[in-house]
Amino acid sequence: MFEELSSRLESVFRKLRGYGKLSEQNMRDALREVRRALLEADVNYKVAKDFVAAVESKAVGREVLKSLTPGQQVIGVVHEELVELLGKKAVSLKPASKHPAAIFVVGLQGSGKTTFTVKLGVHLRKKGAKPLVVAADLKRPAAVEQLRILAESVGLTSFIPAKGETVLDAAPKAFEQAVDGGYDWVIFDTAGRMHVDDEMMSELIQLREKVPPHETLLVLDGMTGQDAVNVANSFQKAVDFDGAVLSKLDGDARGGAALSLRAVTGKPIKFVSVGEKPDALEVFHPDRMASRILGMGDVLSLVEKAEQTLDAARAEEMEKKLRAAEFTLEDFLDQLKEVRKMGPLQDVMQMIPGFGRIQKAGLDVDEKALGRVEAVINSMTPDERRNPVIIDGSRRKRIATGSGTTVQEVNRVLKQYFQIQKLLKQMKRGGRKGLSFLPF
Amino acid sequence: MAVLDRLRRGLEKTRRTLASGIGKALSREAPSEKALADLEELLLSTDVGVATAERLAESLRRFAGEGPGKSGSELVSFMKREILDLMSKPMSRPGPKGSPHVVLVVGVNGSGKTTTIGKLAKRLADGGERVLIACSDTFRAAAGEQMDVWARRAGVEMVRQKPGADPAAVAYDGAEAGLARGSTVVLVDTAGRLHTKVNLMEELKKIRKVLERKVPGAPHEVLLVVDASTGQNALVQAREFGSCLGVTGIVLTKLDGTAKGGVVVAIASQMDIPVKFLGVGEALEDIVEFDPEEFVEALFSTD
Ligand SMILES: Nc1nc2c(ncn2[C@@H]2O[C@H](COP(=O)(O)OP(=O)(O)O)[C@@H](O)[C@H]2O)c(=O)[nH]1
Ligand SMILES: [Mg+2]
Repeated sequence: MFEELSSRLESVFRKLRGYGKLSEQNMRDALREVRRALLEADVNYKVAKDFVAAVESKAVGREVLKSLTPGQQVIGVVHEELVELLGKKAVSLKPASKHPAAIFVVGLQGSGKTTFTVKLGVHLRKKGAKPLVVAADLKRPAAVEQLRILAESVGLTSFIPAKGETVLDAAPKAFEQAVDGGYDWVIFDTAGRMHVDDEMMSELIQLREKVPPHETLLVLDGMTGQDAVNVANSFQKAVDFDGAVLSKLDGDARGGAALSLRAVTGKPIKFVSVGEKPDALEVFHPDRMASRILGMGDVLSLVEKAEQTLDAARAEEMEKKLRAAEFTLEDFLDQLKEVRKMGPLQDVMQMIPGFGRIQKAGLDVDEKALGRVEAVINSMTPDERRNPVIIDGSRRKRIATGSGTTVQEVNRVLKQYFQIQKLLKQMKRGGRKGLSFLPF
Repeated sequence: MAVLDRLRRGLEKTRRTLASGIGKALSREAPSEKALADLEELLLSTDVGVATAERLAESLRRFAGEGPGKSGSELVSFMKREILDLMSKPMSRPGPKGSPHVVLVVGVNGSGKTTTIGKLAKRLADGGERVLIACSDTFRAAAGEQMDVWARRAGVEMVRQKPGADPAAVAYDGAEAGLARGSTVVLVDTAGRLHTKVNLMEELKKIRKVLERKVPGAPHEVLLVVDASTGQNALVQAREFGSCLGVTGIVLTKLDGTAKGGVVVAIASQMDIPVKFLGVGEALEDIVEFDPEEFVEALFSTD
């Protein structure tokens, strides 16, 4: 998510940093590029326009052009505005004072509601709660069956309406079952509906009268374009949802809908759905997302992910090393192995600060290439691994022969390593508060 | 004219927004910079994307500068022609007689593949074709049941296997059954997949190969189903599915909402992939053949 936007902004920022003095024209050009970048990421055109206007007026207000580091200042303002737009803190489900509490999952057709319903059930169960999932899409062929099978596959209890029953009849029964069974949450997987389909929207409103939801979540396809604002507005008017879920973010969705949705409804994005598996759900952290968009990486998520996958001691060590930029080739090798445990490399790498640049510099993230990298590092002596600057031409030849690769391959591995090292150093220098790095 | 009504209904919102805006933007004698910026925004609001919007606005600016005193309506018809040029591509025609015309249907998750196949099956069967559906989505829970409901609604035959079965094997069965039973059209449904998933894209290639081997010239058509509310990602979808399989046409679904589906203009201009059908609802008959003039006319119509 957001890689495109991130790399576009990065190039705008690079230009900005290059100016000793910034003319009004320079700034206008830069902001024009920012607007284009937002549009290409599917941010709504009005939102993009307002965003750029807000940055401009703030920049003018602060007289950034007269400052010593005008480019840096403008970038700072963009960052602030982006955080403003995305929201600051992660917002979780509203705490319920009375259980069972009903959660309605609503949205357009094909947005990913059923999958999310099951994921949310799994998520809540992980937190120690007892969820019941309810098949409330009686419209789409086999939707009930889909939920039943998915729930069963992860051992969640599902409520399946009787044949011929309407949603309005079935929903209160589902709730009753939740009361009787001592469930904490009742998650309703409602039918997909067009926001302009009055009949279906009023069904939803009626459903809310039958079973008043504690929380309503709007699921929006992460690839949605300009229409996101219409959808969000209409659902807000009809059911005043509490938060949104962006789905299908495991691809290369540009995610602009996230920004648009926040801007027009003010509602937080609570979760992002990142795969077809029942555990592919993440809590949305707007601040981290803003950092990711601005190419500052998401070290926190990376560390969290590492913690989930690796043992805690190792994760801590990794974090320390990343922070301290003390990173030897041995660590490099270790990390490569550990990182491979964490899932598809591409996903993991995206959380690393400056990944965009590493990628452009030609760091191979091809899984097969990793095997060669391992072979190369394995053929070095411990001394060489700890202190790679000693690896001269004849050592390189030896390593190439030993690893069954070529000198070019060895050169590449070393170059990549030095690049990472450099990046980590930059990050360390740029490091401000905690882990929020500003690599410019 | 029920079909046209449906299309109109689906595109109504598009028309209304664009029409009022463009009317405003171009009502003057020559387009001012402000009017052109407005036009660009209107185009942006349909998801044509910033590059296409800028290019169209640019060519309009050039056209306006060519001669003096062009009227608003001249400018509007110029815009229409520009977009129409992009959107008019010849339709491919059914393959050789004696073997089934094989249509492979692909797209990201939830775009509307299964529904589209149901609607297409009905439409083709009504036109006298002998249709057979192969349900190669063996991955998504209850995908087979869903396709089965549609096949029954359309009154056509269907071939499927157990959940988790090899999708290429189902495609093979489908082609074989199609040949054996004298089907004239075989529609192959596939599981939704994001174009970034390398393994899943490889799986599609395998399905394609199996069909190729079984029926000469198959698949005769590879349809990419795109949800009209998709933004610029649809361009990447078209590029990736295209380079993987050679997409021959697009089905743009869910035009019964407020989404305008303008990204197909960008796809047509950058990749030469034509739109073939539009999905305008969830009922069996909610599909219309794409008519570029109608589409563009609807975009710009001022009623
Ligand atoms: N309103 C509307 N809904 C559609 C249209 N086409 C498909 N759908 C709905 O979109 C959802 C996903 O469709 P499905 O065919 O299962 O998508 P697939 O995953 O690509 O096979 C279902 O709820 C369909 O009813 C359309 O043209 N209009
Ligand atoms: Mg399907």
